[in-house]
Amino acid sequence: MRTPFEHAVARHGAVVLRVCRAVLGPGADAEDAWSETFMAALRAWPELAEGTNTQAWLVRVAQRKCIDLIRARARRAVPRAELPESPSALGLPGEDEGEVWRLVAALPERQRLAIAYHYLGGLPHAETAEIIGGSGASVRRAAADGVKTLRRRLAAAPEKEEPR
Amino acid sequence: MKDMQDHPLETPPEELFGVDARALERLRARLGEEAAGAGELDVAYRLLDSPLGRLLVASTERGVVRLGYACEGFDGVLQGLADAVGPRVLQSPSRLDEAARQLEEYFEGRRREFELPLDRRLSTGFRGEVQRYLPSIAYGSTISYGRVAATLGRPRAVRAVGTACATNPLPVIVPCHRVLRADGALGGYVGGTEAKRSLLCLERHEGL
Repeated sequence: MRTPFEHAVARHGAVVLRVCRAVLGPGADAEDAWSETFMAALRAWPELAEGTNTQAWLVRVAQRKCIDLIRARARRAVPRAELPESPSALGLPGEDEGEVWRLVAALPERQRLAIAYHYLGGLPHAETAEIIGGSGASVRRAAADGVKTLRRRLAAAPEKEEPR
Repeated sequence: MKDMQDHPLETPPEELFGVDARALERLRARLGEEAAGAGELDVAYRLLDSPLGRLLVASTERGVVRLGYACEGFDGVLQGLADAVGPRVLQSPSRLDEAARQLEEYFEGRRREFELPLDRRLSTGFRGEVQRYLPSIAYGSTISYGRVAATLGRPRAVRAVGTACATNPLPVIVPCHRVLRADGALGGYVGGTEAKRSLLCLERHEGL
């Protein structure tokens, strides 16, 4: 690519952060995955073919970085069956809109990943199915079910923070 | 990629999946610092507020390579740098702390010369010769395009000197604003004639 890398960060930084948060939760791991994604993308940027779909390319890089972080997390801690539903100490107090990401973290894994790569990251359902298994149709369903549940829980959440 | 179009759900409402602008800003700042620290950048840049409006200052590993005025269009300035130096271009403010400090001192009338490593790779040929000569014009003084041409041994290259000034990649730091027309008229300036007039006033201790 001949365009300044800064444009890619400005244009796609938020999408990549959404993907990382949906996969890893609202805490520091998602931010580390974001940083590693853009560092790796920066190194590869001059060689990336013109006309590449930059967002999809970045989401794929983010997916690999998230897997790396999940593996690292598994090495350093005993995995838990469920993520905490109460406000997480991992979140940065006062700095994130936490609620929605905590609710995403509480969804079944398949719905969470379908939301991350397909719904938020914009990868085609067929490609998402290659990443998370199952068929394209089931990815579509998992994302739709997850979003429906989220909307219901957000509406039910007492004292939900006004998103900015 | 055809089924990218075939999106089964409506576009995610950004207000539902909120991402705090401050969190992103912090991440972007950290990325710039880390990338610069790791030597992964072709160009690091920073935006500064000045009495002449917003400025863009950019540097490579070798030194300051470009100063851009808002009227030039920062997108175009960055694309020019990506083309000439390389596309790994990121904001990395701390890499430009020293340049920012010296510019601030200059605009406050507390600095007469810049002591910064410069990367002159955008100054080639006769233009480069002119641009390298410009810092020898003393603070507060002016000279005509023709005089510069004569000094460089090319007395007939007056127009080329004008072009060299107009395409100076490092205005302010490399003082092309000190070159005027022979009749004393201001001549053109990359930041606009108003900016040129302001810089000359500043250097006559009239302030900005």
